[in-house]
Amino acid sequence: MVIDLDKCTGCQTCVYACKAENNIPVSKIPDRTISWMDLLTIVEGEYPDVKARFIPRPCMQCDHPPCTKVCPVGATYRNDEGLVGQIYSRCIGCRYCTAACPYTVKYFNFSDPSWPAEMLASLNPDVPRRPKGVVEKCTFCHHRLQKAREQARAEGRELRPGDYVPACVQSCPADAMYFGDLDDPHSTVTQLARSSRAFRLLEELGTEPKVIYLSEVEWREPHRS
Amino acid sequence: MSHTEADFLRREEDAALFRPILVTGRSFWIAVSVLAAIVLLGVYAYTQQLRDGLSVTGLNRPVFWGFYITNFVFFIGISHAGTLISAILRLCQAEWRRAITRSAEVITVLVLFFGVGNIIIDLGRPDRAIFVLQHGRFESPLLWDVTSISVYLTASTIYLYLPLIPDLALLRDHAGKRRRFYQLLALGWTGSPRQHRLLERGVAIMAVLVIPIAVSVHTVVSWVFAMTIQPMWHSTIFGPYFVAGAIFSGIAALIIAMAVIRRVYHLEDYLKPVHFNHLGILLLVMTLLWLYFTFAEHLTSYYGAEPAHMAVFWTKVSGSYAPAFWSMVAFCFVIPFVLLANPRTRTVKGTVIASLSVTIGMWLERFTIVVPTLMNPRLPYERGSYTPTWVEGAIMAACFAAFILLYVLFTKFFPIVSIWEIKEGRAKAVEETTERIRSYLPAGRPAAVENLLRGSFR
Repeated sequence: MVIDLDKCTGCQTCVYACKAENNIPVSKIPDRTISWMDLLTIVEGEYPDVKARFIPRPCMQCDHPPCTKVCPVGATYRNDEGLVGQIYSRCIGCRYCTAACPYTVKYFNFSDPSWPAEMLASLNPDVPRRPKGVVEKCTFCHHRLQKAREQARAEGRELRPGDYVPACVQSCPADAMYFGDLDDPHSTVTQLARSSRAFRLLEELGTEPKVIYLSEVEWREPHRS
Repeated sequence: MSHTEADFLRREEDAALFRPILVTGRSFWIAVSVLAAIVLLGVYAYTQQLRDGLSVTGLNRPVFWGFYITNFVFFIGISHAGTLISAILRLCQAEWRRAITRSAEVITVLVLFFGVGNIIIDLGRPDRAIFVLQHGRFESPLLWDVTSISVYLTASTIYLYLPLIPDLALLRDHAGKRRRFYQLLALGWTGSPRQHRLLERGVAIMAVLVIPIAVSVHTVVSWVFAMTIQPMWHSTIFGPYFVAGAIFSGIAALIIAMAVIRRVYHLEDYLKPVHFNHLGILLLVMTLLWLYFTFAEHLTSYYGAEPAHMAVFWTKVSGSYAPAFWSMVAFCFVIPFVLLANPRTRTVKGTVIASLSVTIGMWLERFTIVVPTLMNPRLPYERGSYTPTWVEGAIMAACFAAFILLYVLFTKFFPIVSIWEIKEGRAKAVEETTERIRSYLPAGRPAAVENLLRGSFR
């Protein structure tokens, strides 16, 4: 996945498209809200010279994920496609992966999921609802991949680029997000990943994230005190 | 108490050691009721958590771990009181160990259940805890914990049981109650020389085995944190730091337990000021070691000044966790150091105050290791915070109460001071020790001196 921060307007459509697609429960408690796709805001400078930067943050789908290493039961693992999967029926809820993920992309179900009655009818039947006590996170809309693959198989052909994109990419009104096969040297994402604007979050940790950001302005983690 | 029991107690030299088992007073029932009430409150709190999930705790994102994980590390630390200290004292042939090994070993075995228990309480899906055995992955440090702690629990239980056998035989023959129970556990002990030889060999082997196991246990507990790449967890010093901290808090717990036993069961003749003095000196050494480790750990982070590390560092040193951090320094170093370095305050009372201080301080240490790192994720999120709820408080109180309750019950079924080892010490130790000391010293006129003298005068 490639996210062009120079195009991103910070509108959060991706955040809410994700919530609707993946049956994310509605929570009133801010520090327990689940948000597989989150919009991080970095405020730089002091008034009147203030600049705000936005970073949409899905799961990085690391090639060397620190979270899968520590899982005691194999409930989170890196699958053959390179996606980091979560098996809700295996997870024991120890939250070791949530503590180990340097990107803090893993979420825990502190209580049973709930939705306002009006929303129940529009829940996505392709995505399971997660019970209380298990960890979840962005899957790059894995259920869409499964569907696309079945479709391709039914039509007797290989999976084609563009057969499947995650909900966040599909919904981005600014066309700031791209999705494709990073192993394919001719794909758009591979081309963009080679751009001089490209960087990845916390690259120095060696996690090899598969989410690539583009920005004219040099990225650095904000200093805190 | 029946007539024969009273008779036996009158005749028996070490009657005071049998008395807690044979005589039960009102204070025992009061203590048990209070402790049981606290345990029940904790059980009620846990049912709330089972019903509503971890939403009843103060945990949140990003502070996914709080009181329960702190207690896990703390209790496993306390477990180093017993087996390790007892094993080291046995191997060093420290004669003053005789009265204290049992009370130490019991702490280990009982407190381990609460260490493991807190991990299970912390799980979002405790019903799936068995998955750790069914689908365990050894790449996860949690599996190292499971393995290491199970081995430790087994070894410590054997190490507690072996030296208990002769005492069980004494109870079988003299207690006049629960005869079948003691008979079963005493395994037909008659006290023959062959049985003694076997027992001594068994205890010696266990004492050696248990030391590396104990060291491994707290090392892998620290590795749960150190193996991640999170700021101020990912530290090579954590293994030894945690082991030292465990022995530190373990000695403190032992001193407190001994003082209570001494007071409640009137064992002043067995647990003497000299025992508290010796353990106090050990505690003093550990106080200094703790300061050294803590200083080394924090200076390294500070000097390196990586922003992600500094966020955690400042949370501890001057931020919202500064009160906890600096009280930890006071409780773990200032108070015990002042009390223990001065021989005049290294009394029973002084060592107990120092130990209470260390126990509180070490809990705070675990707490300030677990939470501030989680509060400060590397990416620009809002900073986290953590306020525990009554559920977490009640469950924590229940863990402490249940541990004390089991300990009290143990003293009602088994002698908390090893009777046969005291008797053996009285019968043989003076002679053996004199002989040993003699073997350290040079003989009247060694051959080398003899030769030298001869040579120079030739």
